[in-house]
Amino acid sequence: MAGTRGAARPGHTPTVPSSTRSRRRPALVLGGAFLALVAAALSAVGIGAFPLPPAAVVLTLLDRALDGLGLGHVPGGLDPTGAAVLLQLRLPRVLLAVLVGAALSVSGAAFQGVFRNPLVDPYLLGAAAGAGLGATLVIAYSPAQQLGPFGIIPLAAFAGALLGVGCALALGTAAGGSQSATLLLAGVAVASFLAAAQTLVQQRNTEDLREVYGWLLGQLGRSQWSDVGLVLPYLSAAVLVLLLCGRALDVLAVGDDEALSLGINPGRVRLLVIVAASLATASAVAVSGLIGFVGLVVPHVARRLIGSSYHLVLPASLLVGGAFLVLADLLARVVLAPAELPIGVVTAFIGAPFFAGLLWVGARRR
Amino acid sequence: MTRTSTSGARVEIIDLGATYGRTRVLDGVRLTVEPGGWLAVIGPNGSGKSTLLRCVLGLHDHDGLVRIDGVPTSGLPRRARARQVAYAPQSPVLPEAVSTRDYVTLGRTPHHALLAAPRAVDRRVVRDVMERLEIDGLADRRLGTLSGGEQQRAVLARALAQQPRVLLLDEPTAALDLGHAQQVLDLVDDLRREDGLTVLSTLHDLTLAGQYADRLALLSGGRVAAEGAPAEVLTAAALRTHYGARARVISGPDGPAVLPVRD
Repeated sequence: MAGTRGAARPGHTPTVPSSTRSRRRPALVLGGAFLALVAAALSAVGIGAFPLPPAAVVLTLLDRALDGLGLGHVPGGLDPTGAAVLLQLRLPRVLLAVLVGAALSVSGAAFQGVFRNPLVDPYLLGAAAGAGLGATLVIAYSPAQQLGPFGIIPLAAFAGALLGVGCALALGTAAGGSQSATLLLAGVAVASFLAAAQTLVQQRNTEDLREVYGWLLGQLGRSQWSDVGLVLPYLSAAVLVLLLCGRALDVLAVGDDEALSLGINPGRVRLLVIVAASLATASAVAVSGLIGFVGLVVPHVARRLIGSSYHLVLPASLLVGGAFLVLADLLARVVLAPAELPIGVVTAFIGAPFFAGLLWVGARRR
Repeated sequence: MTRTSTSGARVEIIDLGATYGRTRVLDGVRLTVEPGGWLAVIGPNGSGKSTLLRCVLGLHDHDGLVRIDGVPTSGLPRRARARQVAYAPQSPVLPEAVSTRDYVTLGRTPHHALLAAPRAVDRRVVRDVMERLEIDGLADRRLGTLSGGEQQRAVLARALAQQPRVLLLDEPTAALDLGHAQQVLDLVDDLRREDGLTVLSTLHDLTLAGQYADRLALLSGGRVAAEGAPAEVLTAAALRTHYGARARVISGPDGPAVLPVRD
């Protein structure tokens, strides 16, 4: 009986053997994105007023690594000047671009998953406004530039970002539990308040306007190893947690009731993801200022490449975001050399048309 | 083909009560579903049908007790409960860009470690369930491109991939036309007859409820007004009292059929 019913069933498409292609494709995409990231980093390290050939760069890095391990030397590296340019100027900057791009993109994807909303970006929950206020305050009022080995601006921005998200979480939780819409609205309220406070400080100290403005647009030009050291522990821990939450986010995508019926506590997952993504965002903002567009758009690019399951979107966002920001930073310092464009301008200028094209192609393919 | 469940469990709902805000929506509900049985909860709008299902799942605070094969669910960890009871809500959230296979695979969540990828056994269960519901041809399609009937079967497949002993269905036919509604109900009936799955559902279509479920419970004002075989529960008098409806109940070949009349 079941057989006849099945045969008569309308809309039942004939069986297509499920392809192993669909299982292998994610690995290919991730591998390709990783190669793109390495290629982008190598070109960015090599290109500039003092060109460094990629082969010599690789050999120099290999030499340093082996030397550090006491395993001898690799010949054929850069001369001392080249090595200094590589190790003191280019490498920390490119590394920081990778870290910031990866962190913003992974957090963006995670926030979009938690809020089930493709328009959310990592700055929405108060991180950007908090960091802006923190940075503006110390630019305007701090007598010191350094606190120990670290710059005072990154520290203030980091603290401000965490404070902003903390306020949004506290307000959202007090107002409506872990309901995502309430939390977003709380974030908007906190962000407006902090932005107003920042504007007030800025207006009272117009002589610092230029520096504040430069910070707000984002920059990687002053990158140092100390910046990498400052953010690396928080950033990598937070990104690792987010990558591990991919499958939980996939379950969350079917709604809270069904997630609960599948044995997942959505409130707990949401809190963990928000805290980790905010920590990653705060780390990125601390060293790079507010670089827009990356966290919003890279996750969408990743989805185009690899489908919409978060356990794949998150690592893909990490790789694509890292590569994208390295290339954007390369453009920022090459286009008007020796002057530099603010990187936030470049990400939007290059990214927006690219994204529009992607949407257009996607719409036509469908 | 692997069976979708080991065997059905007895579900006992004992003195269950629940509130929404200050309104008491369920009060003193006592119901039992035998292993492999199908109890359909009927009742007018707002009588507490969906809330009752949500209470059984632990999605809604309640007093009283829900026992599965004698074990109170309140003491079970969430994951352990998810291996016993699966749920298909009335309006499921379907992430439209996710493929049918990935969606059905979510049903394996309570069976593998949350951080781990699905294992071979998970993939096999998913494949079997999709074959059984005849959606294996849709495995690579995105949920957003499926028809209403196909989506309903995908949701059912996701629930069955949990290999539950109890299946809770909240209005499984709400979005379906008559033909597709019958297909889904036939499928559920096959599953419980072949695998002994216990089914607890709400159904607003009284005729379908009377034809498919082996027992009906009529909820009215948060209380069980009648419970028993379909012919005992579906009476013109009961429909008049609890629904305010004018209807004749005709005995059809597969159970009572409700025919609305104008006077």
